[in-house]
Amino acid sequence: MAEKLLNWDEVLIGAAIKEPGNSRQYETGSWRVERPVWNPDTCIQCMFCWVYCPDSAILVDENGKMAGVNYTFCKGCGICVEQCPSKPKSLKMILEAEAKGKSEEELRKEVFSEDK
Amino acid sequence: MGKKVALTGNEAAAHAIRQINPDVIAAFPITPSTPIPQAVAQFIADGEMDTELVTVESEHSAMSACIGAAAAGGRVMTATSANGYALMWEMLYIASGMRLPIVMAVVARALSAPLNIHGDHSDIMGGRDTGWIQIISENSQEAYDNLIQAVKIAENKDVMTPALVAQDGFNTSHTIEIWELEDDNKVKEFIGEYTPLFPLLNTDDPVTHGAWAPPNWYFEHKINQLKGLLDSKEVVEKVGKEFGDTFGRYYGLYEDYKLDDAEYVIVAAGSVCGTTKDVVDNLRENGIKAGLLKIRLFRPFPYRELAEALQSAKAIAVLDRVSPAGAQGGPLFTEIRSALYDTQTRAPVINYTYGLGGRDTQPRHINSVFETLKKIVETGKVEKQFDCLNLRGEWR
Ligand code: SF4
Ligand code: SF4
Repeated sequence: MAEKLLNWDEVLIGAAIKEPGNSRQYETGSWRVERPVWNPDTCIQCMFCWVYCPDSAILVDENGKMAGVNYTFCKGCGICVEQCPSKPKSLKMILEAEAKGKSEEELRKEVFSEDK
Repeated sequence: MGKKVALTGNEAAAHAIRQINPDVIAAFPITPSTPIPQAVAQFIADGEMDTELVTVESEHSAMSACIGAAAAGGRVMTATSANGYALMWEMLYIASGMRLPIVMAVVARALSAPLNIHGDHSDIMGGRDTGWIQIISENSQEAYDNLIQAVKIAENKDVMTPALVAQDGFNTSHTIEIWELEDDNKVKEFIGEYTPLFPLLNTDDPVTHGAWAPPNWYFEHKINQLKGLLDSKEVVEKVGKEFGDTFGRYYGLYEDYKLDDAEYVIVAAGSVCGTTKDVVDNLRENGIKAGLLKIRLFRPFPYRELAEALQSAKAIAVLDRVSPAGAQGGPLFTEIRSALYDTQTRAPVINYTYGLGGRDTQPRHINSVFETLKKIVETGKVEKQFDCLNLRGEWR
């Protein structure tokens, strides 16, 4: 949704927000320097990453299972990686620069080549 | 007409709060304002108020709790002084930015260091740009009257801005004066019911308060906030008149005391105005055209009206109860002088710092100011644009 920028005499008093969910208009993924890459092969579906992610950027499928990362909103803070309890970790951070031009599948192979 | 009582300025504020009976008060004690929440706690214990009194661990928490309660939709008040007010700092901006009409009694006091618990205006002047309406009282009667009016001003739909009502630490807060306490019901009727704009507790109409505004929104919100603060000026005048119609004591943006034809004028705020009025009376008896411009509304600063009121003056002295802290003069001085720049008068304007940390300012000191003004007019020369009143050792 494109946001409509209001003039100073049109905004709601006290910067109150009446329209819920407008944080969707703010793509925090644009801040990212590093990104988490997910390995479904070792993931134990504990959902810690989903609980801890401050930007609700962990994708959940129709069965309530961890299904990857929403890179439009993932700001790359690394909290999910910190929290991931599986051994080896099912989430790892890599530099955005290293991810450039590669598909998620390619990245997965690269990052988790030793964690089967 | 109200009932004449002999009580302190703090008690005057406490009685105003008792009659206003806000939903929530969150406060932390600090001299010289401690007797206000203390008296309020007693009123609550005695069943004379049903306010929720939240005792907190600091003034930062006090203002935070006030903000939460006000966002929830309550009518909220608090009281503080000096370092307590300073500790509220960041929350003061949040209260005004969120447009929560919290009303606060400030008993103005010096800021440390050196440690001093006595009266001056360091606290309120330091907070003058926090976006709050600031009303300064001369005495207990005004401290009482102004608090009642402040509720109505702050909660006005076009304003929705927090307001503080200041009185001078000890000079007013701990001095017993005779003043009129109005009837409880008449006060309640005067302030009326409060209808919050976006109460957080109204789950039928959900709202987000305190969200962040990125660079493409923040500016617009701050200017919207500014408009609310500026629009309060008109409301201050309106409410001052309504208050007069109801209780017999009229209030404007400022008070002019023998100012119409005055040639030597002092501009001041707070309890020193009482002393100045006595001196003006004496000088007038001797045929000297002295006058006083008493600041009532300091924020928003009614610069046009104040400048207009000073046009007859041949020389003006602005008294600041705070150090200029490196500016050309005290805050009152710089704003008055700036306001005059757009008008016809080119009367010399000088500045004094007085009364820091509770230093007494007596009639002889005010007299010396008028004498200096006379000398300036006679010689056409300003020897010192800035000086200190009742300071040991000459300021150079
Ligand atoms: S890196 Fe941070 S923002 Fe991105 S998915 Fe993990 S926890 Fe969420
Ligand atoms: S925290 Fe790790 S193991 Fe748990 S669901 Fe997320 S990726 Fe899978």
